[in-house]
Amino acid sequence: MTSFDVVVVGAGPAGMAAAAVAANYGAGVCLIDDNALCGGQIWRGHSDTEHHTDRRFDQLQSALENGRIDLRYAAGVVANPVPDVLRLETSRGYDDIRYGRLILATGARERFLPFPGWTLQGVMGVGGIQAMVKAGLPIDGKRVVLAGSGPLLLAVAANLARKGAHILGIFEQASALQLARFGFELLAHPGKLRDGVAYRAATHSAPYRTGSWVMQAHGESSLEAVTVSQRGSVRRIECDYLGCGFHLVPNLELPSLLKCEIQSGYVNVSGSQETSTQCVYCVGEPTGIGGLEKALCEGEIAGLVCAGRSATHLYKRRDRYKRFAGKLDRAFAPRHELNQLATPDTFVCRCEDVSRHALDSMHSWREAKLHTRCGMGPCQGRICGPAAEFLFGWNSEHPRPPVYPARVSTLASDVETAPTEI
Amino acid sequence: MKRSTSTQPAKPAVDLTINGRSVSIAQDTSVAAALMQAAIATRKSVTGTPRNALCAMGVCMECCATVNGIKHVRTCQLIVQQGMDVVTG
Repeated sequence: MTSFDVVVVGAGPAGMAAAAVAANYGAGVCLIDDNALCGGQIWRGHSDTEHHTDRRFDQLQSALENGRIDLRYAAGVVANPVPDVLRLETSRGYDDIRYGRLILATGARERFLPFPGWTLQGVMGVGGIQAMVKAGLPIDGKRVVLAGSGPLLLAVAANLARKGAHILGIFEQASALQLARFGFELLAHPGKLRDGVAYRAATHSAPYRTGSWVMQAHGESSLEAVTVSQRGSVRRIECDYLGCGFHLVPNLELPSLLKCEIQSGYVNVSGSQETSTQCVYCVGEPTGIGGLEKALCEGEIAGLVCAGRSATHLYKRRDRYKRFAGKLDRAFAPRHELNQLATPDTFVCRCEDVSRHALDSMHSWREAKLHTRCGMGPCQGRICGPAAEFLFGWNSEHPRPPVYPARVSTLASDVETAPTEI
Repeated sequence: MKRSTSTQPAKPAVDLTINGRSVSIAQDTSVAAALMQAAIATRKSVTGTPRNALCAMGVCMECCATVNGIKHVRTCQLIVQQGMDVVTG
């Protein structure tokens, strides 16, 4: 088993910053990510973001690849078999690594809320369709509807429009009033305001409608059209793809497994980003959905602290980013009308095809799991958990290992006998 | 299938097999994106409905298929390679 001063889980902006800074100050660092490339969902291994080339990615990537950091990409953390040890699984096998300090930078995923037709082929997340296009899905000339909530809608619309997509509409569920209030608050964050204006300018031909949402997706097995509720009126739009996601939710599986205290949906951290679990730190989206700048700043703080340096000079900036995260959550909180979209037949759990009707008589997430298998499929409740929380008010319980589906051989081996080479 | 977009130069293609049929796909494309552009479902759900990628970031597991004999591979996390054999559910 290999030991490191600092192990960082997640090679998005927060994890990259943490690993680069800790290594720069002499710590022995291991950086783990289940993707094959670093950069997380925002950079995805490239410095080209929606509207410009981000030099910060290039700088961090070259800092990571100086040979001093053990980079473990395409490796997923599945368990914490004994204290201070993480078990990783790769396509070739598994490995155990011991940490002195652990920095969790597990990022976020989209919040999906069920509506009739959301399982049709061609219905994706907002970040989902963006990721597919970046991964080679041809979008030139395709008719695309974007819906849901959050700043991602405009960013993705701008990017897809630039690649030749016909954006037929951008439907934001938040009210005009909520957004006006948010826009006013953005005056305190001029960089974010600039981004928003640039995205909107890039999509000026596509209608952006507030207080609007997709009620239903239509098609046999693939998407053909959507029905949209637009401030009370209903209209049908023929389209090839729908990107629909309701802002983001943090990936809390690993922090929860390590018994880190969660408060109001986010990992509770101290000024130095330390969680309630000693020697375990958390940075980026799991402490509040705040985007790139917050992630980089928190990563730098944790990297410094874990390398024995002071980071107090960064606290004020971090606190400002964190306030911005709170404003995002308030502005893009899903409205209660969305609770009515799923009909009794609509699947809430896509892995196990559990309908809303089957869940209506349940009283808790645990009861639903035991009686209906909701949340028991391969995604382990990552998609239906936040949906069930919104629909029924259930809190998902502390997860049990493995946090990702893993091979039996990975789970069954003792820590002592686990091979050191993979 | 190999069409290039207005803003991207055409990339060289690689040949792979999807459900026994030979398909040519631009390099650097994910297997999930290749399946979606070929209009092939990645899997059938437990009640038999065809599915395709939802999150495209390795979380939802909707894009899982059998690749080179290995089952339950998240195809959104995998880039196409020459000679790859993909079998969907």
